[in-house]
Amino acid sequence: MAILEVHDLSVYYGVIQAIKGISFEVNQGEIIALIGANGAGKTTILQTITGLIPAKGGKIFYEGTDITRTPGHKLVSMGIAHVPEGRRVFAQLTVLQNLKLGAFTRKDKDGIEDTLKRVYARFPRLKERQNQVAGTLSGGEQQMLAMGRALMSHPRLIVMDEPSMGLSPIYVNEIFDIIGKINRDGTTVLLVEQNAKKALAIANRAYVLETGKIVLSGDAKDLMNNDSVKKAYLSE
Amino acid sequence: MSFLTYLINGISLGSIYAIIALGYTMVYGIARMLNFAHGDIIMVGAFAVFTAVSTLGMPPFIGLIAAIAICTALGLTIEFVAYRPLRGATSLAVLITAIGVSYLLQNLALLIFGSNTRQFTSIVTLPNLKLAGGKMTVSSVTIVTIVCCIVIMIALTSFINHTKTGQAMLAVSEDRGAATLMGINVNRTIAVTFAIGSALAAVAGALLCSMYPSLTPYTGSMPGIKAFTAAVFGGIGSIPGALIGGLILGVVENLSKAYISSQLSDAIVFSLLIIILLVRPTGILGKKIQEKV
Repeated sequence: MAILEVHDLSVYYGVIQAIKGISFEVNQGEIIALIGANGAGKTTILQTITGLIPAKGGKIFYEGTDITRTPGHKLVSMGIAHVPEGRRVFAQLTVLQNLKLGAFTRKDKDGIEDTLKRVYARFPRLKERQNQVAGTLSGGEQQMLAMGRALMSHPRLIVMDEPSMGLSPIYVNEIFDIIGKINRDGTTVLLVEQNAKKALAIANRAYVLETGKIVLSGDAKDLMNNDSVKKAYLSE
Repeated sequence: MSFLTYLINGISLGSIYAIIALGYTMVYGIARMLNFAHGDIIMVGAFAVFTAVSTLGMPPFIGLIAAIAICTALGLTIEFVAYRPLRGATSLAVLITAIGVSYLLQNLALLIFGSNTRQFTSIVTLPNLKLAGGKMTVSSVTIVTIVCCIVIMIALTSFINHTKTGQAMLAVSEDRGAATLMGINVNRTIAVTFAIGSALAAVAGALLCSMYPSLTPYTGSMPGIKAFTAAVFGGIGSIPGALIGGLILGVVENLSKAYISSQLSDAIVFSLLIIILLVRPTGILGKKIQEKV
């Protein structure tokens, strides 16, 4: 069953069309990767889904509901969380304050405490640093905080934008490991990555984007063996 | 003894600047705009108290509550009608709109109340305080003003640190987009900020006119500019900065009036601002904007 369906989506920045009629769907329980070069429109798609950028045309359905015009702040309580590009943690607030803000829309105090415990179990380093100001964390720790913060809303769909960007290889492996675990816990993942190799290794299916269009799609394993994908994105 | 009196009066005046400066600094911190109509909300608050107490004969406390309600509603209306449609606009457009709103409020007050100076009856009816065996008198307004400032600072700080709305304000002030991703309604958070700032302006207006009892439609503009100076001075966007900036401004102004020249006091205050900004462009407690890597 599709948790997210995107139909013929188009997005403009002023007069420039960034997304040119894209359709794809994400099924319950899947990890879907959107891969492509810089400027292909990956981030734009995620930001349009979570209501940060308005869509010019097309429709977005989440669990069967049309969310194309739903304001971004209402999507969190519907079960969508977004780990933004560049992490965007609240640098002047503590780790704990950041995590609590992730649960902003929730009212079940006990449930929030429970989720906090689970986030700390997943990211022990965040617990060690819970009273530290987020701006002083390393890049990898900030990425973990951004992911933990998104998990605090207890999402059914989590969209992640370039989670491995700017991280050391050790952190990259750790982050992808965690994405796999989050998915196995029952959260559907829509992943945007420049690290196509890692993304295809973890994803069920993938879509390849070029200048605002989907040029290839299919099973992640098949795409990994596709010659043009190999040439363009896997540097082989 | 006279120095002490000047100092206490300076702290009291500074407390009023600090209460007004909170409105500037919170709105700047959260909505990233300079609300130059803020000073005129003080004037509206003072006229509201004046009308309720002197014209309608209500008790001062009820008059103050009415003024807070009116100013809060006014602040929300201004935000909704004038500033919200400009949320994505350039800061210059917003600034010009704010100046326009300021003129609008002044001229509406001229239309309704006329340009005559009104004699404001102090809302503080407590007796004056005699200290050091009667050698020194501190007016009750002075004391009440300082107490009000302390209470407001404590209340506001705990509101921001211990409520969800307060945390949302911090989040919005740091990153509007990321705040939206947390499920925070940015427009609503900005509206709450205007409501708080305007309510504080009403309190400041009542205290200011209790201290200096002449009221005209222009009463708010000079204290407004000085409180804005105090906010910049302390570091705009910072709540403790507004307090420190306000207090320093009030004390310096009062001491220069007493010991140097009452005509030069404003010049001294603003020169001090220029010097501080040359040395510390972000103000005393202002944070440097960190470049994200």
